[in-house]
Amino acid sequence: MLAFTIKRTFQSFIVLLVVGLVAFSMFRFVGDPVDNMLGQERTGADIERLRGVLGLDQPFPVQYFKFLKGAVQGNFGVSYRQGRPVSEIISERLPATLELAAVSAILAVGIGFALGVFVAIRRDGWVAHTIMTVSLVGVSLPTFLIGILLIYLFSVELNWLPSFGRGEVVMVGEWRTGFLTKSGLQALILPSITLGLYQMTLIMRLVRSEMLEVLRQDYIRFARARGLRDRSVYFRHALKNTLIPVITVTGLQLGSIIAFAIITETVFQWPGVGLLFINSIQFVDIPVMAAYLMLVSVMFVAINLIVDLLYFAIDPRLHVGRSGGTG
Amino acid sequence: MNIKLMLMTTAIVAGTTGMAQAETLRWARAGDALTLDPHAQNEGPTSALAHQIMEPLLIRDMTGQIVPALATEWAPSPDDPNVWKFKLREGVTFHDGAEFDSEDVVFSFNRAMTPDSDYKELLASVKEVRADGKYGFEIVTDGPNPIMPSNLTNLFIMDKGWAEANNAVKVQDYEGGEDTHAARNANGTGPYVLVSREPDAKTVLKMNENYWGMGEFPMQVSEIIYTPIQNKATRVAALLSGQVDFIQDVPVQDLARVAGADGLQVITAPQNRVIFFGMNQGDDDLKSDDVDGANPFADVRVRQAVNMAINRDAIRTVVMRDQSIPAGVVMPPFVHGWTAELDAVPANDIDKAKSLMAEAGYGDGFSIRLDCPNDRYINDEAICQATVGMLAQIGVNVQLDAKPKAQHFPLINTLETDFYMLGWGVPTYDSEYIFNFLVHSKGEKYGSWNGTRFSNEELDASIQALASETDLEKRDNMIAEIWKVVQEEVLYIPIHHQVLNWGMSDKVGTVVDPGDAAKFKYFTMK
Amino acid sequence: MRQAIARAWASDFMWSFRHSPVAIVSFIVAMVLIMAAILAPFIAPHTPFDPGSLNLMNGFSSPMQPNQFTGEVFWLGTDDQGRDVFSTILYGMRISLFVGFAAVTFAMILGVTLGLIAGYAGGWVGTLIMRVADVQLTFPGILVAMLIFGIAKGFTPIHLRDQMAIWVLIFAIGLSEWVQFARVVRGATLVEKGKEYVQAARLCGRSGTAIMVRHILPNVLGPVLVIATISLALSIIAEATLSFLGVGAPPTKPSLGTLIRIGQGYLFSGEWWILLFPAATLLTLALAVNLLGDWLRDVLNPRLR
Repeated sequence: MLAFTIKRTFQSFIVLLVVGLVAFSMFRFVGDPVDNMLGQERTGADIERLRGVLGLDQPFPVQYFKFLKGAVQGNFGVSYRQGRPVSEIISERLPATLELAAVSAILAVGIGFALGVFVAIRRDGWVAHTIMTVSLVGVSLPTFLIGILLIYLFSVELNWLPSFGRGEVVMVGEWRTGFLTKSGLQALILPSITLGLYQMTLIMRLVRSEMLEVLRQDYIRFARARGLRDRSVYFRHALKNTLIPVITVTGLQLGSIIAFAIITETVFQWPGVGLLFINSIQFVDIPVMAAYLMLVSVMFVAINLIVDLLYFAIDPRLHVGRSGGTG
Repeated sequence: MNIKLMLMTTAIVAGTTGMAQAETLRWARAGDALTLDPHAQNEGPTSALAHQIMEPLLIRDMTGQIVPALATEWAPSPDDPNVWKFKLREGVTFHDGAEFDSEDVVFSFNRAMTPDSDYKELLASVKEVRADGKYGFEIVTDGPNPIMPSNLTNLFIMDKGWAEANNAVKVQDYEGGEDTHAARNANGTGPYVLVSREPDAKTVLKMNENYWGMGEFPMQVSEIIYTPIQNKATRVAALLSGQVDFIQDVPVQDLARVAGADGLQVITAPQNRVIFFGMNQGDDDLKSDDVDGANPFADVRVRQAVNMAINRDAIRTVVMRDQSIPAGVVMPPFVHGWTAELDAVPANDIDKAKSLMAEAGYGDGFSIRLDCPNDRYINDEAICQATVGMLAQIGVNVQLDAKPKAQHFPLINTLETDFYMLGWGVPTYDSEYIFNFLVHSKGEKYGSWNGTRFSNEELDASIQALASETDLEKRDNMIAEIWKVVQEEVLYIPIHHQVLNWGMSDKVGTVVDPGDAAKFKYFTMK
Repeated sequence: MRQAIARAWASDFMWSFRHSPVAIVSFIVAMVLIMAAILAPFIAPHTPFDPGSLNLMNGFSSPMQPNQFTGEVFWLGTDDQGRDVFSTILYGMRISLFVGFAAVTFAMILGVTLGLIAGYAGGWVGTLIMRVADVQLTFPGILVAMLIFGIAKGFTPIHLRDQMAIWVLIFAIGLSEWVQFARVVRGATLVEKGKEYVQAARLCGRSGTAIMVRHILPNVLGPVLVIATISLALSIIAEATLSFLGVGAPPTKPSLGTLIRIGQGYLFSGEWWILLFPAATLLTLALAVNLLGDWLRDVLNPRLR
């Protein structure tokens, strides 16, 4: 177990280095930050001077090494756009994204699970068929369009819900939360539906197929034959055995939620790290882009690592499968 | 410490919004201010926010007139033509209670002239600034500078003591890795006090009860809640659903909807910005065309043909929904040197354009790449697309490369584009500014935005002479002469002057500021 | 013997198809749309991708209404550039489908090959491939596509960027979807490898490549087909999403996604047709493909029957 953990952690570290390299090499192509930073009145000499100050005139490996050195110490430099330390900006914006992602995930898992169980039990009923088909509509339209349509319907036409922002926020320590005010909760509704819809459909379908499979297993048939009531069969036995694969996939999907938050945050002007990333692309704010990508990859790699370790802990067969069985 | 303070103020605001509702103005526009440091970024949204909190010596009011702010009088010194003298307003205090005097002005000017400041070019001719007693101030220039006041209307005054106490003496320093206190905090003399600020999310300002202009200006907005909303549809939705009271930059296609909605109104006014195309007319051969060994744009007849092929009225009617003013010169109408003759719109004459192309030896046309931004000007990409269709009619086959501004503008500066879109605003309201950047040969100090490779030594000398010409009549003649050359050479292809569209609740009363900077002290609320 | 199995499988397959109205309707709808896209130059009344043929004054014509300036009538109206919406949808769908099919093909070839190798060879090669796949799986496709788009754009000479955008999209979307194929194929390969017929082939001295291609590959085609179908719908949507983020098809040659991006700007202003028709087309196309995928999965996965 220990050896496995060390090996996997080491591999994750390599992955991070590669991601950093790829991300960093991308920045040379998204534009020239200097041009944005200096006003309309700048001269050629100003451009040269600022390039020197920012170290943009140095060879690429030197820039990358400097970036890595800073990153290891948690110092991602100063944002070109806002002129403030990147780590400060990110930690200020992260709560918004995490709250949005959490609500979407809960929504997706809760509703997805309930609907999935329902359509599995009533697999041939017309309601189940309708749910299955309608749920596909949600994944057959791009997220940004769903967001805009929701705004049009619920904000402009019905005037029920806010179309942008987080509403009133309250500081709890260092954490700026929207959970504690009415307007903050209202503001969460449309973005979290937009963001969670895709995962919800996915989870629903996954639960359905896992459940159908479990229901076919012999022990369920035995349970039925023994005269156990349907309800007890479904919820005591079948559901329990569906949980593990569903939780695994859901865990892996967390990464997607964070990534798709970029689009949702742009549409709803949600002040999280996704919107920050889009803004920094437009401004070629290299330090912020780099920090965001590193942060996201740390999250992904960590999720991956945890899922793997859990698997390893739960299922000893995996050990054999990974090192012995493939030879 | 800071965060605690913000927490407290946020809580206070949350508790009081109910009472102050009537005079609260919720304001949204596409972009947020980049920083609160008044000298770090010379950029629209940044100075627009700064104008609420801080003040320059003189400002442009909402009609574009220069009026007193922290200076009450100003004039060139009668003894020395190289000196401008200012009389400062007495009895003004900063938001923290500190007194305003000439020391603060000297400090702020010196700060704005440091290499990290974005305002140093506007003060390039300044040799020295000095106090003349507690309420007197002098600027010494390296030659007579008749238009100095126009350069100062966005140059904000900071409190020297506050800056020194809070580690804000230097403008943004990227090397240091630390933010200056001034990027996040502000202590000005302006009509509004900063209450809280979350960049890109929300900025709250409240009325400065001790403002010197309390009796002088309407001052009817008691609280401002400023939220940037980038996505066009979301921004309009916020106004339509009553979540904000005032948005700048209403997309042109949504004007009718906003104007027709209950309780909303739209006001429009010409903006201080002209949109045009530039062409590489100086090089012997172009990289982005299909003509070998020759530069079609080098022939003035080709440039004239392109100028005639563009149907500015169609662009105005369809792409801009009547919200633009077709242009004949790359100079907004407010600018000194503008005449109706110069701005006469070139006729759209396809037949004549074709015969000009044939005369120039391009009867079969040619192919060229057009570089265009897609996130900078109103409907920029759509204008370029329309241009592609119009030029196709005279045989010019255009490949459109539309991209974000961060990738577009460097192409102009590094001379990597042969055909490009550019927009130009003139903060000084004087032709000289346009000549310096767009007409003068490209070099270290001048012509930094001239991507045409056009170079005329005689013209350059004349442009440089403008700066110190004190005989205004003679100067006007020089300006007219330069414009004549620019027009004859078809140096640029002007398209239109942009029009600003402000959408707001009926209860808000204002006119549109041609610089797109809403100054809320002038706003009235019903 | 194998032919017989194939025939039986096919007829079983067909039986299921004939008895599923959803599958029949989806198939017909998808085919009609795909044919319409392929035959666009013959069906479309206008040539929206030829800028010289456009008249800007036709812009924003309502469906079936004569334009107020030119008097011309367009079935589904025109967009902001005076392009006939109907023709533009046909041509745009061509681009979307081309990107979708090409991206899926690319993902499929990459995924199946790597999956076969990982499953058959195993060892450190297999571990490496699956490790990369794990990372790719946690890294969301949209972000991968944005990264690749950014890098590729930088490497492309400026004058080729317009044409390159499509190929970069294909590469980026394809690269973000190969993992599904690899995982399924690897799993199936591991199972098949242990079976007797593979052992027999091995004993006969067949090379690894031959065994993989001739014996194992045909047995994993079912699940691959299911994933391919669903990936096709995903790719078409992904292209639309990337277009919203500004990394999609160029505006002079818009895809369905680019059309929707343009159209969403006119949702509030009353020009609903610029958004509605392309969006409805995309929805219909993606829904049909998704439903087909759903049906395929149920049919080809006997455990669920």
